[in-house]
Amino acid sequence: MTEDILATAAAWADSGETVAIATVVETWGSSPRPAGSMLAVTASGRMEGSVSGGCIEGAVADAARETMTTGSPQLLDFGISDERAWEVGLACGGKLKVFVEKLG
Amino acid sequence: MRRETLDRLQAARQAGRGVVLLTRLSDGAQHLWPDEALPGTLAEAAQAALDSDRTARLDIEGEAWFVQPHNPPLRLLVVGAVHVAQALAPLGAAMGFAVTIIDPRRAFATAERFAGVSLNHDWPDEALAALAPDSRTAVVTLTHDPKLDDPALDVALKSPAFYIGALGSKRTHAKRVERLREAGHGDAAIARIAAPVGLDIGAVTAPEIALSIMAQVVARRRGR
Repeated sequence: MTEDILATAAAWADSGETVAIATVVETWGSSPRPAGSMLAVTASGRMEGSVSGGCIEGAVADAARETMTTGSPQLLDFGISDERAWEVGLACGGKLKVFVEKLG
Repeated sequence: MRRETLDRLQAARQAGRGVVLLTRLSDGAQHLWPDEALPGTLAEAAQAALDSDRTARLDIEGEAWFVQPHNPPLRLLVVGAVHVAQALAPLGAAMGFAVTIIDPRRAFATAERFAGVSLNHDWPDEALAALAPDSRTAVVTLTHDPKLDDPALDVALKSPAFYIGALGSKRTHAKRVERLREAGHGDAAIARIAAPVGLDIGAVTAPEIALSIMAQVVARRRGR
């Protein structure tokens, strides 16, 4: 947890962007990124950090945009038993939960 | 996350103080510990997360919580503003370390050679005593000069620094070990020094040596 994603998120918010933060809160099996890994996303499409090896970032960014609109946090489930995760391709075969929240 | 919570979290880290963010996953309610007092179980989990630098999941009265420690950055204290240090400083920063270069020789430790890096011009023993290496600190000596390296190693070996490395050949290190023994350091202390410094990747150039050192620091940090 060395990359300072929160600093980036704060800087983006300061420049007037709408920002959401995604955090890995639980993993099972061979997940590429440990719990605590973060991804910051803006409504304008900027991204910093990661919650996987790139497998689910697209789906998480979609959910983040939804959370930016509604203001409600979401707890996302990804795993091989999950059809949606299969679509976005969690190639590692791991499972993880990602918490998505709006900043501000 | 409320902006005010984020600002308090970042301010604590900047001040070198570890804090823990606790998030209730059902609705995103958050607490920052120890700034906010918390009931026993949550406070205990927060303390454990901070100490181990690991996240935790917790279920209390049917509510799921995510417990995330935010410790201040790891520190890399480098003695000797030499060529290898110029390569090591940006590598350390990229690995998330707050880097300080220590060298009383002002001709070496210049802002031009170390743009954006914290420079300290005190004698290494005084500098290290003031910086007080803790268990989240790595110390690397690079000068080859016993007058500068030895006093730094003396202080480092009396600290809980998680990594202590000293540049120099096996022969140089053997002489260094003799001097450190005379200064009262025993086998256990001597064994803490990584020397010759760095993983054996056949490094030749300054950036390669810096890479081998940083790789070894990361390995120790991750328990390898």
